[in-house]
Amino acid sequence: MITNTKLSKIVPHVCLAILTLTCILPLLLLALASFTDEQTLLLNGYSFFPAKFSMAAYQYIFKAGNAILRAYSITIFITIIGTICNMAMTVLLAYPLARPGLKGRNLIAFIVFFTMLFNGGLVPTYIMYSQMFHIRDTIFALLIPSFLMSPFNVILVRNYFKTNIPDAIIEAAKLDGASEINTLVRVVLPMSTPIIGTIGLMSGLAYWNDWTNGLYYLVKRTDLYTIQNVLTNMLNNAQFLKTASQLQGVNVEMGTLPSVGIRMAIAVVALLPVVIVYPFIQKSFVKGIVVGGVKG
Amino acid sequence: MEKTIQPKSQKPKKVNRFTKDLPLYALMIPGLLYLLLNNYLPMFGLSFAFKKINYSVGIFKSPWVGFDNFKYLFQTKDAFIIFRNTLLYNLAFIVLGTVLAIVVAILLSQVRAKSLRVYQTSILLPFLLSSAVISYLAFAFLSVDNGFINNSILEPLGMKDISWYSSPQYWPVILTVIYLWKSFGYSSILYYATLVGIDDSYYEAAVIDGASTWQQIKHITLPCLKTTIITLVVIHLGRMFYSDFGLFYQVPMNNGLLYNTTNTIDTYVYRGLLQLNDIGRSSAAGFMQSILGFILVMGANIITRKVDKDSALF
Repeated sequence: MITNTKLSKIVPHVCLAILTLTCILPLLLLALASFTDEQTLLLNGYSFFPAKFSMAAYQYIFKAGNAILRAYSITIFITIIGTICNMAMTVLLAYPLARPGLKGRNLIAFIVFFTMLFNGGLVPTYIMYSQMFHIRDTIFALLIPSFLMSPFNVILVRNYFKTNIPDAIIEAAKLDGASEINTLVRVVLPMSTPIIGTIGLMSGLAYWNDWTNGLYYLVKRTDLYTIQNVLTNMLNNAQFLKTASQLQGVNVEMGTLPSVGIRMAIAVVALLPVVIVYPFIQKSFVKGIVVGGVKG
Repeated sequence: MEKTIQPKSQKPKKVNRFTKDLPLYALMIPGLLYLLLNNYLPMFGLSFAFKKINYSVGIFKSPWVGFDNFKYLFQTKDAFIIFRNTLLYNLAFIVLGTVLAIVVAILLSQVRAKSLRVYQTSILLPFLLSSAVISYLAFAFLSVDNGFINNSILEPLGMKDISWYSSPQYWPVILTVIYLWKSFGYSSILYYATLVGIDDSYYEAAVIDGASTWQQIKHITLPCLKTTIITLVVIHLGRMFYSDFGLFYQVPMNNGLLYNTTNTIDTYVYRGLLQLNDIGRSSAAGFMQSILGFILVMGANIITRKVDKDSALF
């Protein structure tokens, strides 16, 4: 710690308090907007001190909003299934790569690592998935592309196994007659809960927040939209109609779109699980960033 | 299983070893298959940039057209704009992001554990938000009719409303601010992790010698952070040709009026592929992104290795 005078002990607190507010206040503004009466919102704009509160937006979502509840359950579904598959595949690939003496393990580790240096990008990926594997407009489009396994996490987990699980323990389990999969599940995994938790968190967050797979691969089946897709779609449509009416001088009917308050309420609902869960897992999340952040 | 008899094998030990390890290889199959599907097949698909893709005859029967797609790409002024925007934004992000993260890390290292946790928790929050939610936050501030900036800041000051979503000149600042807002918590925690490892006796000795706060930072803190700074900057440099699709597509709400300052290689490739049906130019831009990105990451690593071996990525 830098040693200094009394005055400069206050300075860090003041600066950090300001930064903390810049991070939290925008979210508060969003939340307040969702509780603001629609007329007040249109008249006075977004405000930290709304003149009139209203629960109308939430009543709308939970009563009439079948599409929204549906999108919400799809998001929960792909987050759970995707994260479980992601963790399983990551661990299954990382474990053999951490075993000393496995023939060809360096080559395979390189195959994993190389994908972090070089990739085909969106065009070939999209063409492969949509033309060869016909993934468009299926639930697999939300689960498989990009997020099913991260090569970075594989290397992270492998390094953890290598440094934290002594070979002697694995050998002992083998002597007792445990199969490879048994050794992995009964011996190695219980000793690796921090790293398993970290990759699970990262993967869960990635699935929950993703909207790109829906954007790329869901063309007709908008009923498969995740909550993030519903959000982006509503905002872009509203903006598109507005720009069109400005450019062409036509008054486009905005009544078909949900009101501003309702849109903000959906954003709050999409955000809520992350904000609720996060404080509880904050410690392991920070640890995960530090472990994974600098070097793989 | 291990006792399988292999009378004719010349190297019985080796084969034995392989059979013994067979279950281990089997475990890796799902992961490796996924890499093949998700990562390696698209690499070969980069060759599509030299084809005139026609979905009706199929990808493989589409004719090869040499460098035509690249010619078409560079005939437009879009090519210049997307490369300029991608590189300049990244440059601004690297410089400002690094400075801000280091400053915040130093501030964090000055407070006690209890308040540290509160600060850390809240500055990491933006990092967890989806692009969709961030675009809603941006809209709450920038909306022309009832946005917070127009309504609660500019109007009370007696200034005229600004039509943010049709004024491209403001977007370099807006997008940089949003990027910094989203990422500073994450990167400051990386620097902070290095900072807490610095031995306190350095600072104590410096104070006895009469060093000021700034002198302590300059002569102790920054030199200790050197390796971390180089590593993180090199990682970002290697991604100079890439941009956060959500930030550049969703936050400006795919608004055509703003393309001049918001279009990057990633948004251009997406629009060409899925909105404008201009696969030729799109695949040419994507090809250049992949190849230049690869050259950059290799080059950056080679140079770092020569300068400072500890900071190299691999």
